[in-house]
Amino acid sequence: MGMTRSEHILARASGKARVAPGDMVVGKADVIMGNDITTSLTVRILDANGITQFADPDKVFIVMSHFVPAKDIASAAMAKTCRDFARKYNIKHYFEAGQGGIEHALLPDEGYVVPGDLVLGADSHSCTYGGVNTFATGIGSTDLAAAWTTGELWLRVPETIKIVFNGVPKNPWVSGKDVVLFLISQLGDDGALYQAQEFHGEGTAHLSVEGRLTIANMAIEGGAKNSIFPCDDKTLAYEAGRAKRDFQGVEADADADYVAVHEFDIANLEPQVAFPHLPSNCKPVGQAMQEKVAIDQVFIGSCTNAKLEDLRIAAKILDGHQLAKWTRGVVIPASHNIYMQALDEGLISIFAKAGFAVAEGTCGPCLGGYMGVIGEGERMLSTSNRNFKGRTGDVRGETYLASPAVAAASAITGYITDPNEVAPSGTAAALTQFTA
Amino acid sequence: MAQPQPKVYRYGRDINTDLILPARYMMFNEPEDLAKHCMEDLDGDFLPTVRYGDVVVGEENFGSGSSREHAPMALKASGIVAVIASSFARIFFRNAINIGLPVLELPEAVADFRHGDTISLDIEQGIVKNTRSGNTFQATPYPKEIMDIIRAGGLMNLIKQQATAS
Repeated sequence: MGMTRSEHILARASGKARVAPGDMVVGKADVIMGNDITTSLTVRILDANGITQFADPDKVFIVMSHFVPAKDIASAAMAKTCRDFARKYNIKHYFEAGQGGIEHALLPDEGYVVPGDLVLGADSHSCTYGGVNTFATGIGSTDLAAAWTTGELWLRVPETIKIVFNGVPKNPWVSGKDVVLFLISQLGDDGALYQAQEFHGEGTAHLSVEGRLTIANMAIEGGAKNSIFPCDDKTLAYEAGRAKRDFQGVEADADADYVAVHEFDIANLEPQVAFPHLPSNCKPVGQAMQEKVAIDQVFIGSCTNAKLEDLRIAAKILDGHQLAKWTRGVVIPASHNIYMQALDEGLISIFAKAGFAVAEGTCGPCLGGYMGVIGEGERMLSTSNRNFKGRTGDVRGETYLASPAVAAASAITGYITDPNEVAPSGTAAALTQFTA
Repeated sequence: MAQPQPKVYRYGRDINTDLILPARYMMFNEPEDLAKHCMEDLDGDFLPTVRYGDVVVGEENFGSGSSREHAPMALKASGIVAVIASSFARIFFRNAINIGLPVLELPEAVADFRHGDTISLDIEQGIVKNTRSGNTFQATPYPKEIMDIIRAGGLMNLIKQQATAS
């Protein structure tokens, strides 16, 4: 019996010829990452245990992203805990707000994680890196402390679900986000619990790497341990000029064993909108539109959907338009480099002229942090990943999840809107995330 | 006067970490600071009534969402001694084990418990008794790797023991 992509990486990382689902392995990681929130707790754990030696300090990544630039005094103290630790140990891969960004945009975009890697991240959306053919999974702060100390961590080899996307979406506004919302609506919020998702098929092959990163990002919203895309021509083209290390991607063997195979025809998929309060609570945008859901705030940001392609799509729709009178908007490009590229391309100017508040490189209101937290009874349409009750602010508020295209279209009209209503699909052709 | 018997807080499915400990308190990392806000968006009666020894019971996908270890820390610091659920989100499961909060996957027990039921627990043996219904449930033993962490009193203790041994 052959191995899946995930099994290949776990075998390699644990020095075994082969592994099988259910095996407990100790995997040596290539990148071990924490953000400001999880690292501050890890520093406390390391101090309490008197640990001052780390297996490989160059594999330690600290990315300040959640409550930075500091939102209040307590956050400033938390950030300082991380900063003091990084200075004390002269951590090479320490990223301050204004230089780094949100970890899950920064690490793949700047080639710190590369195909074939085992990546451990103390943030649940660390599964994002599977978009570039890594085995990447989320851990907590004690696991982070352990992994920094020893360079490795115990992992149970997950069963793999094979997901095949047949067809290529005909609607050019359909993006990776719509595919993943649809997938979660089909398999459920815990449909992939403890399992690996492995993507195949024509739809997968046509999808851009940024679109793949968006799908992998939300693997956790389906309960998955990790999510992994192929290392194909699109991946190699993406890594060219990015990858900071040599790499060797993995592919599943022809006789690999899958616990389930799900095939979906996505040729006729419409943009999707997840209604409160679960990502699985999806409706096609045409149906959502009929409900005339008025939106108080549009948020284009987060590790899910604030990469360059996302910003280009949103800007294309917003160009020359204004936010609707009683709808406000926040745009937060996901990293400093993405922000600078968006500046160079004139995208930031389009958002600013449309009336959006523009910030950079922080998670912002996605987790109810700051810069756009919602109040009682307010509705936010967000390109982020979770619409749990209370997640983005007041527990009596509502969050709807959608793509940058739907967010931009809805910003113009003030209610949930199909991008085709405000922008002819011809304008999307050059921007679609699905290409041969 | 006899001590009140430990009681059960019974919740539904998808109890996510934002509900267990909202992100707006994550700049704090002292357990007692976190405990002051545990479950406040989910159940206004939790904090005023929770006592040491009580147990949280949830359905499928308990602890879904964020990787914040603050969530199991808050539960433990508020007096909760175990979480029983039909299934757990995997990061929450790891975090709870790592900090020494026992988590038991026991769908039959979940089906039996109602909010406010009294409970007796034998964590070492994995035995759960609903003292209202009289029903007893036996959890599946943990794999050896996880049992080693529990016996050591958490992952960091295990790592230190292993470092000393080698």
